[in-house]
Amino acid sequence: MAGFFDRMLGRSKDSGSANKAKDRLQFVLVHDRVNIPPERLQMMKDEIVAVISKYVSVTSDEVEIALAQHDRKQNRLIAEVPFASLIDTLDPDEDVPYPITSTLFIELQPETSAEELPQLNEPLSSEETRPTRSQAKSGEDSVLETNNGLT
Amino acid sequence: MTQNPNSAPTGRPNPVRRIAGAKVITVTSGKGGVGKTTTTANLGIALARLDKKVVLIDTDIGLRNLDVVMGLENRIVYDLVDVVEGRCKLRQAMIKHKQFPELYLIPAAQTRDKTAVSPADMVQICNALRPEFDFILIDSPAGIERGFRNAIAPADEVLIVTNPEVSAVRDADRIIGLIEAENKGPGRLILNRVKMDMVRRGEMLSAADVTDILAITIIGIVPEDENVIPASNNGIPVTLNESSRAGVAFRNIARRLNGENVPLMPLENSGNILQRIARIFSGG
Repeated sequence: MAGFFDRMLGRSKDSGSANKAKDRLQFVLVHDRVNIPPERLQMMKDEIVAVISKYVSVTSDEVEIALAQHDRKQNRLIAEVPFASLIDTLDPDEDVPYPITSTLFIELQPETSAEELPQLNEPLSSEETRPTRSQAKSGEDSVLETNNGLT
Repeated sequence: MTQNPNSAPTGRPNPVRRIAGAKVITVTSGKGGVGKTTTTANLGIALARLDKKVVLIDTDIGLRNLDVVMGLENRIVYDLVDVVEGRCKLRQAMIKHKQFPELYLIPAAQTRDKTAVSPADMVQICNALRPEFDFILIDSPAGIERGFRNAIAPADEVLIVTNPEVSAVRDADRIIGLIEAENKGPGRLILNRVKMDMVRRGEMLSAADVTDILAITIIGIVPEDENVIPASNNGIPVTLNESSRAGVAFRNIARRLNGENVPLMPLENSGNILQRIARIFSGG
């Protein structure tokens, strides 16, 4: 019923080009604001994957690295890195090791000037005491989040 | 020298020392052709109609247009650059509007370039004007270079004009970033040339979309209006046309600038009877 009236009104919000404009603008503006063009982000991603690959097994295709913003001043680089590790001693009855899929979350934010710190500290104060450039998403104990269903 | 954490960073002179009197409002956009000059002219007229003392300054040196939009092009003797270079007194470059004796225009020079004026000159001129006026509106040139810097240097508030199009919104975002970097932020947005029927069809960004993308407060939404071009053809800004929807929108923005709480006007045309019934049924 509503669909009929929407057509009568000439409404097609989902398929309209306005939504596409909004999505494209949001993508391009995040890159404009931090001055990191998409190709450069890709280079960064490749290097991050290379480093992580030294320690755990990572499939490059599954790594998601994106810029995110809460508002104009709070930029975050959010990396989601699923990696596979093999554990062979958990269940003595099983011959085949259990694959455990884990995800490493990395969040980076730009160094902040003294005057911006009060605002930026607010949402982070519980997690972060040192002014480092990188941090784990929610404290050290959850740097690795295991989703293996074994625990 | 002790540095107040809220003041401008060292190395750049703290540009505006607020002097009692006029509020300096700069109208800018980044992209050209979105309606800066039309907006400045109409807000000037609308504020004058509220019995405010207003002076408009065209800083688009080399490409002046505020004079023609205002219908004052035949009365120019001196311009902004003449003032800066000392060929005339500030008073002599101020053209009084025919209809509103408390509305003045300082035109840009047409044969020079943006470097003929400096940001410090603009601050000085505005400070000289502040005691005598309620509002000083500065029409900024397009771009992010010297002309833009001149225009925002004396600003107490910045209005960013944009259209609901990807290129204009992207440029507006860049401008908002630069305004914040100059400690002139956050600025308020005027969304100009909105076609409500296209928004309804999902083929044009809505005001909510644009404010969402730009993360900025909106001070006015101006509908596309066929009265605007005849108005500039005649040199009589559309605000003076009582039946114009764009005119109403500009008058509302002027009232908001004057501190009144005026709700954003509904842009929907009432549409034909079928469309109205359809909207009731679909909850739209």
